[in-house]
Amino acid sequence: MSASYVRASDAPLRPPPRGHAGPLAWLRENLFAGPGSTALTLGLGLLLGWLAYQVLDWTVLRAVWTGADRSACAVPGAGACWPFVWEKFPQWVFGFYPLGERWRPVLTFLIGAAALAPMLMPAAPAKRFNALFLLVAYPVIAFVLLGGGVFGLPPVETTNWGGLVVTLVVAVTGIVLSLPLGILLALGRQSELPVVRGASIAFIELWRGVPLVTVLFMASVMLPLFLPSGMSLDKLMRAIAGLSLFASAYMAEAVRGGLQAVSRGQREAGLALGLSRWQTTAKIVLPQALRISIPNIVGIFIGLFKDTTLVLVVGIYDLLGIINAGLQDSKWAAPQTANTGYFVAALIYFAFCFAMSRYALFTEGRLARTGRR
Amino acid sequence: MKNKLITLMLGAAATVAIAGAASAGTLDDVRQHGFVQCGVSQGLMGFSVPDAQNNWTGMDVDFCRAVAAAVLGDATKVKFTPLTAKERFTALQSGEIDLLSRNTTWTMSRDTSLGLKFAGIMYYDGQGFIVNKAKHPNVKSVNDLAGATICTQSGTTTELNIADYFKSHKMDYKLLTFEKNDEAIAAYQDGRCDSYSTDQSGLYAQRLKMATPDDNVVLPEIISKEPLGPVVRQGDDAWFNIVKWVYFALVNSEELGITSKNADDMKKTSTNPEVQRLLGVTSADGTAAGFGIGMGVDEGWALAAIKQVGNYGEIFDRNVGKDSPLKIERGKNALWKDGGLQYAPPVR
Repeated sequence: MSASYVRASDAPLRPPPRGHAGPLAWLRENLFAGPGSTALTLGLGLLLGWLAYQVLDWTVLRAVWTGADRSACAVPGAGACWPFVWEKFPQWVFGFYPLGERWRPVLTFLIGAAALAPMLMPAAPAKRFNALFLLVAYPVIAFVLLGGGVFGLPPVETTNWGGLVVTLVVAVTGIVLSLPLGILLALGRQSELPVVRGASIAFIELWRGVPLVTVLFMASVMLPLFLPSGMSLDKLMRAIAGLSLFASAYMAEAVRGGLQAVSRGQREAGLALGLSRWQTTAKIVLPQALRISIPNIVGIFIGLFKDTTLVLVVGIYDLLGIINAGLQDSKWAAPQTANTGYFVAALIYFAFCFAMSRYALFTEGRLARTGRR
Repeated sequence: MKNKLITLMLGAAATVAIAGAASAGTLDDVRQHGFVQCGVSQGLMGFSVPDAQNNWTGMDVDFCRAVAAAVLGDATKVKFTPLTAKERFTALQSGEIDLLSRNTTWTMSRDTSLGLKFAGIMYYDGQGFIVNKAKHPNVKSVNDLAGATICTQSGTTTELNIADYFKSHKMDYKLLTFEKNDEAIAAYQDGRCDSYSTDQSGLYAQRLKMATPDDNVVLPEIISKEPLGPVVRQGDDAWFNIVKWVYFALVNSEELGITSKNADDMKKTSTNPEVQRLLGVTSADGTAAGFGIGMGVDEGWALAAIKQVGNYGEIFDRNVGKDSPLKIERGKNALWKDGGLQYAPPVR
């Protein structure tokens, strides 16, 4: 009962197959899959490592950490000039806001953050009340706190606002104003009423056809000449208005893209159910359209945030503007002062834009899950 | 072409603006507000810079303070409005500011067609050259730059000025132009050119940002005229006179040896009639000198300005001169008796 094809002994043990899990396997599959891949990994790794070392070398190893004026930083071979940042940083945040009143922007920011945080968390309760507070009460509170002039708060003119405070004020107001305006314009553009449609199209095309710098320049230089003498509109308000209108035109197009992506059947179904046009739009079409346009809307928000630096051309000191002004201080003039200032500016802008972008991703993911249900 | 258009537009707008703005006197407005609204630059080393405590410093800034001291008796009663180069004239024409002290070059077109008046020349600037003395130890003047390569920013008058100057002095040169100023300076520091050229005050500012400031010297010659001075609206002669004479008072006081420290003593003790007239000393018979009253301000106008801000020399030294990191030579900005161009008519 023996068959030659039946093995008498166990086959020799072979090594286990390469694992498909764990960090080592990941490395092998993604970075060292073949000779080409390995070479690319090593090359890019070296490049990145070199870059990282350069940054580290400049920001930490060769950097100057303490000093009272330029003599500390004006040393051959010195890296970043941090004492310049230590001295100027409060001004970069608050601009020319009076020293004794700086708690006001801080308080404004804290109230805003406290009210915004629960809005951003899907699980937090009382959204409706919170939204009402943020959109109606908060702007008033912020305006009173920052501007002063009532309740015994010394008035602080907007010309003294500056730095990160102005960047945030401009960006937040621009974002808050441009979204509803953009939605209205997008709906107007789809309207069946010729006047509304025509006006919306004219508005959108006009603002999209002009560069932002031109808008700001017009608002700041030409507008005062057309106003009666002695009447002067606040420069910051002019810039915010210009920026918001500009952003709303782009917002309208982003929302329109979403509106057009919602199938016609949705609207028809809504109407067939006996909902009015407004109800259909508000409860059926818009929620779907906005969900589709979130990536674009956030893109515009981020763009708007970065565009705030353009208010520099009309003489408003935003974050970048105030850093630029500080670079002219002969007390700190040194080879690396400017680079240090711009490095910090880049970090701050990146932090804000990255946070916005990550939050948008989170929202998208959440809404996509809702959509699948 | 673009510049011409802007000039034309501003000119036309100015005519409209003046019609409205000239109705009330600027002096009355200033008194009513309680401060002088002064337009300065957004940041220019040595001329107007905000420090970390939000205080503005610089030559242009100090002139504003001197005007405030003369008119209101208090040098701190100034509201500084930082302006871009484009908005500066509009801001003045529309009445947003009372005085523009923003390193503005006095040119004929600005003086005659924009509805502006230049009240004096606070700083005689002009195009200069900087060379690395470690690399070029023999270059002591622009005339030693024959055959040199010169870095500068493209599209500005600096190119033209260099061409004119070197042509008229029959010297060869090579021009290396850059879109941005920073690039031109980087090229100069990398040794791609022998010299870098821009306005002299700018050269001193750039020098401070170089790796080895002391190796770089600014050559003494100035090859173009960039007279910088305060500007007021046309059509308000009373205010124009005040601004003009505050500047003259600063120059005169340096000439007479009145400083911020000794101004009070000089007023009490000086027997020099020039000093007495400038400082508004009441003569023995009780009659006032009347120079301040004649302008519509207090008799102590010049005393206040000098005491609180300093004379021209003090302002210069503190902000751009020997007491500042910039260390600009007085050069053309020395008093006329020291061979410079700063000259003021007498107070009589």
